Amino acid sequence: MTEHVALLDEHDVAPHDGAVVLQAVDIAKTYGVTRALKGVNFEVRRGKVTVLFGENGAGKSTLMKILSGVEKPTAGQLILDGEPITLESTNDAVARGISIIHQELNLASNLSVRDNIFIGREIRGRTGAIDYGREREITQQLMERLEEDIDPNTLVQDLRVGQQQVVEIARALAADARILIMDEPTSALSATEVEVLFKVIHELTSHGVAIVYISHHLEEALEIADYAVVFRDGELVATEEAANVDLSWVVRQMVGREADYDFRDEPRDFGDVALSIQGVTVAEPDTGRVVVNNVSLDVRQGEIVCLYGLMGAGRTELMEALAGRDPISGGRVLLGDQDIADMDIQERIANGMGLVPEDRQRDGLVQMMSVGKNMSLPSLLSTVKNLFIARKTERENVDRQISDVRVKTAGQDALITSLSGGNQQKVVIGKILLTEPKVMLLDEPTRGIDVGAKGEIFALLFREAKKGLAVLYVTSEVGEAITASHRLIVMSKGRLIREFDPRTASRDEIMAASGEHDTHYDEEGPVQEGPVQEGPVQEGPVQEGAAQGAADQEVAQEAAEGASQ
Amino acid sequence: MSTTTTTPAPPGAPAAEEKSGRSRFNMNTALVEGRALIALIIIIAIFAILSDNYLTAGNLTTITKQVAFNAIVALGMLLVILNGGIDLSVGSIVGFTAAVAGNLFRGVHVPGTDVTMFPSLWVIIVLSLAVGMLVGWINGLLIARLNLAPFIVTLGMLYVARGLTEVLLNGQNITNELFGQPGLNNTGFFTIFASKPLGLPLAAWVMIILAIIFSIVLNRTPFGRWLYATGSNERAAQLSGVPVTSVKTWIYVLSGLCAAIVGILQMANISSATADLGTFYELNAIAAVVIGGAALSGGRGTVRGTIIGAFVIGFLANGLVIVGVSPFWQKVITGAVIILAVAVDQIQQIAQRRRSAARAVAAAKAAASRREMAGSRS
Repeated sequence: MTEHVALLDEHDVAPHDGAVVLQAVDIAKTYGVTRALKGVNFEVRRGKVTVLFGENGAGKSTLMKILSGVEKPTAGQLILDGEPITLESTNDAVARGISIIHQELNLASNLSVRDNIFIGREIRGRTGAIDYGREREITQQLMERLEEDIDPNTLVQDLRVGQQQVVEIARALAADARILIMDEPTSALSATEVEVLFKVIHELTSHGVAIVYISHHLEEALEIADYAVVFRDGELVATEEAANVDLSWVVRQMVGREADYDFRDEPRDFGDVALSIQGVTVAEPDTGRVVVNNVSLDVRQGEIVCLYGLMGAGRTELMEALAGRDPISGGRVLLGDQDIADMDIQERIANGMGLVPEDRQRDGLVQMMSVGKNMSLPSLLSTVKNLFIARKTERENVDRQISDVRVKTAGQDALITSLSGGNQQKVVIGKILLTEPKVMLLDEPTRGIDVGAKGEIFALLFREAKKGLAVLYVTSEVGEAITASHRLIVMSKGRLIREFDPRTASRDEIMAASGEHDTHYDEEGPVQEGPVQEGPVQEGPVQEGAAQGAADQEVAQEAAEGASQ
Repeated sequence: MSTTTTTPAPPGAPAAEEKSGRSRFNMNTALVEGRALIALIIIIAIFAILSDNYLTAGNLTTITKQVAFNAIVALGMLLVILNGGIDLSVGSIVGFTAAVAGNLFRGVHVPGTDVTMFPSLWVIIVLSLAVGMLVGWINGLLIARLNLAPFIVTLGMLYVARGLTEVLLNGQNITNELFGQPGLNNTGFFTIFASKPLGLPLAAWVMIILAIIFSIVLNRTPFGRWLYATGSNERAAQLSGVPVTSVKTWIYVLSGLCAAIVGILQMANISSATADLGTFYELNAIAAVVIGGAALSGGRGTVRGTIIGAFVIGFLANGLVIVGVSPFWQKVITGAVIILAVAVDQIQQIAQRRRSAARAVAAAKAAASRREMAGSRS
């Protein structure tokens, strides 16, 4: 224990000087053809809380993975205490005093608190056996420091989530963490637990520990921040002392300009109700917890309805229940005029409703199959003639769809894994379109996709909607929700909260409705700055024109390549 | 530098990348299958040099028959492994089917009467095959509906079916009854099932026909496509409307059927239904499938590879006997070959992953430098 205490005391010498302990210089990370980070400069200061803001896919988590040794940067340098370092692994990072606490806690729930804290770094006695006594003693001291009354022998599975988080923090402290990265630490905590966590964070910073904090709950995160850093599209767009910023500044920086696409002025004449969700309730099969609570919603032919909400709002559960993966426990769903209650997934697809799932790798793609075989999988039976797949028909269908949804591929025999994320997503959308759906469900259709491909995907959806397709999609990006929907509904904690017309809705209203920040803050804070916020909206058309030009250029380029191949 | 020569075309890079990726993919498939074929040729060459008796017509017939038994079971096993499952019960189903057939030849005593029924030959065959499918169906139901682990379910069934075989035979082999009696319309078993149409043992013909059928089913029917899809990513297949539960059930039924066919053929071959018929067949079948390039995790494997795998095992085992290697060492060598086959497979895959990772990095760097060039110009 002495060594731990000694190290903490050492930090106590100058805990608040805010000196830079860790520096990321020109860090870039590329996955295949996707650029997740485009040369980021980032500093972590001793005894300070640096909060990272940014929408999904902005590059925050990628940077955290690099700082904690999970991934290596494609380019750039990490500098720790003024010396260039290369992190070979998470263990290497921990050994250098950098620990990360992931959103999904990383504890062995069948082991005790003590065993979890010392897992992999057990204290050995003279004989080589584990010195449980000392481990217990240190655990107890850590728990006292963190003001959490937990017996070291308690099994982790018997703790509340908030307490489990404290155990994670204790583990980092036991490893002499000087830099602690916390990824969405409050997403599973109650209000009181958040308070306790913040107290712990203050205690840590007063001992000189540097905290890097990521959260989607903007207001909450601002409360604890010393420095605010905002990411957008793989770039660090702003760094500012937290004292100088407010919520509207963060939101403005996060969203920046409008997206490269804007479908707000699309003509809107809708047909009959294609999908009618009537008082649907979904309970988690394992726990019985109600995750979707009495949701009612109609989607008309040709209409694109966006469900906006944070992770855990019940959006994915609703989508999967509609698609038929999970049972609906209350209410009913009409597809056209048919009740879908007794249909399995296959029948729902056959009757015209398919899902583009949230997790492309896990639920969307058959990795060992070619682009073409992935594409034709849901509509395979329609190409069967005399028991056999009519291969010519299948290939023609696939080729038509590949050019229709503009998948960039060497051909339908290329492996699906050889495509970029955006093109993989187009395949997933294309395979549902091949089933000639009346209703298309999409769960975070632009997750992990670069900006250009996002625009293409929405253009595709609006084109299909014009032909009569009803679309219901889920997103956690406000910009997307506003610029790419006919109707926008905010979902939070399993319920539909409020409906907006995207042509008139403001970001703040939408985020407030989703619980991303509190309404009262909204009224006091950014109201005066209203005009500033409206700025980008007014500029919309101009940028749209520019983006359109860029898109045209790319299309022309693609066509040229196609010809040359 | 001149601005006219460089027209950066970033979107072209991935396209070119994918194109070369495709040819590499095909070459790799060929390599995986070719590896088993190369092994087979090497084995034949070595033993042909070591023994003059190896490549004789008589010996080849013997080998082919042995290979056929294993290959037929392995074809059923291939379906199961493509799905990511395993069927340990096939050896016991072989024995059980033979015991059921033998008992049917002996006549079925109708309880409570003095009547003993003697089914005709083809009724016996059909009933026995149905029993094999029934056992497989039970496996399938437990695995697909109750979501039990295939390893556990079929391990249990291995014991159950073997135990039932012993119960049916009650310590006695069934031999003489198999010839049947002219009055009972159940004669002709050996004339048909131990026959050699066109000089090739019937088992070999069955193997060839089944291989063709399975190949067509896997490549040309929705069932085949569904099977590969569920084996590679069950969740994605399910969301695409693939009836994963019934696919999963059917493969065990078909695996049971293949084992039952071998049960009949093997009973004809050794002229007897014995309690230990088919012992260890499951392991030989798994070995054949794996040597043939299939992934135990599912989604990858071919009929052609599996047949070649069965030939590798058959030629190796026979060669070791002919050359006079002691039975103890035969086992060591066979085992080593199996491990070697899988190890080579794994090494190839790691190498492939490294290559594609290196390609991705190179492409990213190239793209970055192109962008820089473009940036510096403007």
